[in-house]
Amino acid sequence: MRENLQLNEAGELRHLLSIEGLKREHLERILDIAESFAVLPGRQVKKVPLLRGRIVTNLFFENSTRTRTTFELAAKLLSADVINFNVSVSATSKGETLLDTLRNLEAMHSDLFVVRHQHSGAAHFIARHVAPGVSVINAGDGWHAHPTQALLDMFTIRRHKGDFTPLRVAIVGDIQHSRVARSQIMALNTLGVTEVRIIGPCTLLPAEARSLGVHLYHDLESGLEEVDVIIMLRLQRERMEGALLPSAHEYFQLYGLTEARLKRARPDAIVMHPGPINRGVEIASEVADGPRSVILQQVSYGIAVRMAVMSLILGARGGENE
Amino acid sequence: MNRAPNIHVHDGRLVDPANGIDEPLDLWLADGRVLAVGEAPPGFEAEVSIDAGGLVVCPGLIDLGVYLREPGFEHKATIASESRAAARGGITTLVCMPQTEPVIDTPAVWELIRRRAKACGNARVLAMGALTQDLAGEQLAEMGALQRAGCVAVTNGRNRLANTLVARRAMEYASTFDLPVVLCSEDPHLKASGVVHEGAVATRLGLPGIPSAAETVAVARDLALTEHTGCRSHFHTLSTGRAAEMIAQARRTNRRISADVAVHQLFLMETDVDGFRAECRVDPPLRTHSDRERLRQAVAEGEIEVICSDHQPHEADAKSEPFPATAPGISGLETLLPLTLKLVEEGVLDLPRAIACLTAGPARVLGLELGRLSPGASADLCIFDPEAAWTFRADEMASAGRNTPFDGWEFRGRVTHTLFEGRITHRLEP
Repeated sequence: MRENLQLNEAGELRHLLSIEGLKREHLERILDIAESFAVLPGRQVKKVPLLRGRIVTNLFFENSTRTRTTFELAAKLLSADVINFNVSVSATSKGETLLDTLRNLEAMHSDLFVVRHQHSGAAHFIARHVAPGVSVINAGDGWHAHPTQALLDMFTIRRHKGDFTPLRVAIVGDIQHSRVARSQIMALNTLGVTEVRIIGPCTLLPAEARSLGVHLYHDLESGLEEVDVIIMLRLQRERMEGALLPSAHEYFQLYGLTEARLKRARPDAIVMHPGPINRGVEIASEVADGPRSVILQQVSYGIAVRMAVMSLILGARGGENE
Repeated sequence: MNRAPNIHVHDGRLVDPANGIDEPLDLWLADGRVLAVGEAPPGFEAEVSIDAGGLVVCPGLIDLGVYLREPGFEHKATIASESRAAARGGITTLVCMPQTEPVIDTPAVWELIRRRAKACGNARVLAMGALTQDLAGEQLAEMGALQRAGCVAVTNGRNRLANTLVARRAMEYASTFDLPVVLCSEDPHLKASGVVHEGAVATRLGLPGIPSAAETVAVARDLALTEHTGCRSHFHTLSTGRAAEMIAQARRTNRRISADVAVHQLFLMETDVDGFRAECRVDPPLRTHSDRERLRQAVAEGEIEVICSDHQPHEADAKSEPFPATAPGISGLETLLPLTLKLVEEGVLDLPRAIACLTAGPARVLGLELGRLSPGASADLCIFDPEAAWTFRADEMASAGRNTPFDGWEFRGRVTHTLFEGRITHRLEP
């Protein structure tokens, strides 16, 4: 009984909740549209009128400055009006249910909700309950999914590597608690890469990790052999308190990406990180700031990719003709 | 209340596992009791005659471990609403959990529930008293007083006993009175914030998992304490195949140990949660195909001798949140018999064994003089049409809680009459 909430009857994207359930064509189409938007920042007039008169509501139940800002900027570049609704300091802390919050915002005639929530499944829940004409983009739910982040990572990889099929990609760090990693793994496999590796200590890998279609490594150096793309994940401080790791020091000793370890990868390998980075915890400064790092490009591509997703979902596809 | 009528139940197939009966026999009921089986008592004049031709007549079902929500949670359900649902499901005895507000840790709370239930008159309500005060796992509840007031067992419910010394003392103290101790064994530290089985689905959906070890670690501890204290332990709502095997092994030397399984665990699996289906969120969680098959096997072999509904009615809002924020539980009274009959249809159990898991089994575990249709026994009957095909609909449920994953399921076998103490409490409209 698995419904695909994300697609309408014609198989087009209605919501973006997770990478799971999307076909390679869906992902490629988003990346293609993003390509046309990626040229905009170089122009003097950066705005396009595609979503003029549309209302986008950023509905953030978890603090986030950068993701919310890039969504806001993306919506404004498409000429949409943006409402920012920061719920962690608003209604639900006064006991209002999520559904009540949603009904209130719907009364403000929003066309699109961009949702971030601490619970896995929150975006699905909202998509199931919104009015028929309203769409939902998942901007991160619990440990489940963060599809626009994964798409901007795919965009970055495609810009540097072109074809996905021959690639070996390593994702390093806290996979278990990472919605970014789950979405990346699904996107990479959907796009047909040769191999996805996840590298980390047993406490940070999910229970049935292999069922995600990945190879497991506990040793960073052997895991990096011959890879084309290295994705480092942010290590949260609270992992030390939950008895998952002994110390940040030991973590860096075992899983920190240094220049020496980077040599194990292919000579043209790129280094990615969804940010914000912990220098000296998961990545050495010399690598983060080095020539192989594409971390800052990821941020700027994030705007183009989010413009692509919003314009596609709201049915304004003119972006391709720019 | 008026005297219960003289009733003649005729031409049915009587299935009474406690008495080893499975044959066409008539029943004569008078004054709320079974007067005679098979042979008409002289001079009997029936005021009501029930034609059970083509129907199965069995003892009223006993559901071990239900949440009636009253007092304290009347927005979810009431004794009145749930005893009506019980009658609809052929259940005549509800053994309720002490997790009310206030908790059943004093005879006064139990007395309140007993009176309400008696006023409703649709089913017998029995209670498990609290093992510890306020179920807090710190100080022992007044088990002696609870037993004298009529509580049939003690339990800490789903409030786990984290402190092993308190668990030991509570089990020891309960042994003083030979009170059955009903255990929902789960290690709270291993469970942590988990909401689903820690397996492939949790991995894919990014949901916090509850490892199987949360159950096996706690069952191992509680088996060791059972051996040490000699208490009558009943393991309630098992979810893992491994725990069922551990209990079967312990039963080789100690037949006073018993276990039950919630009927939904014999059908649903972790994959049913996919798509964040809150109606499939239960505690303990739905596990793997292998667990389901091993639990079915343990029921078939008689190592698990009770099937229960683990009835937990909720208001709609409780399931209308993002998955981890929803309340666990299924409103199960009305699907207990239909699902159990599905096990017969699927060849897991024969009919008498299936009925035994809902009647003689729970009666034996709790030491109740119920679940059998001997002359003199309470006239509690469940009569069902084993061939009736029907579709279960959530919006037609009698329970105040319509939280069910079985909406739209096709069943064969439907309750036509329920009799409680010789009165008809449910009759299926033709």
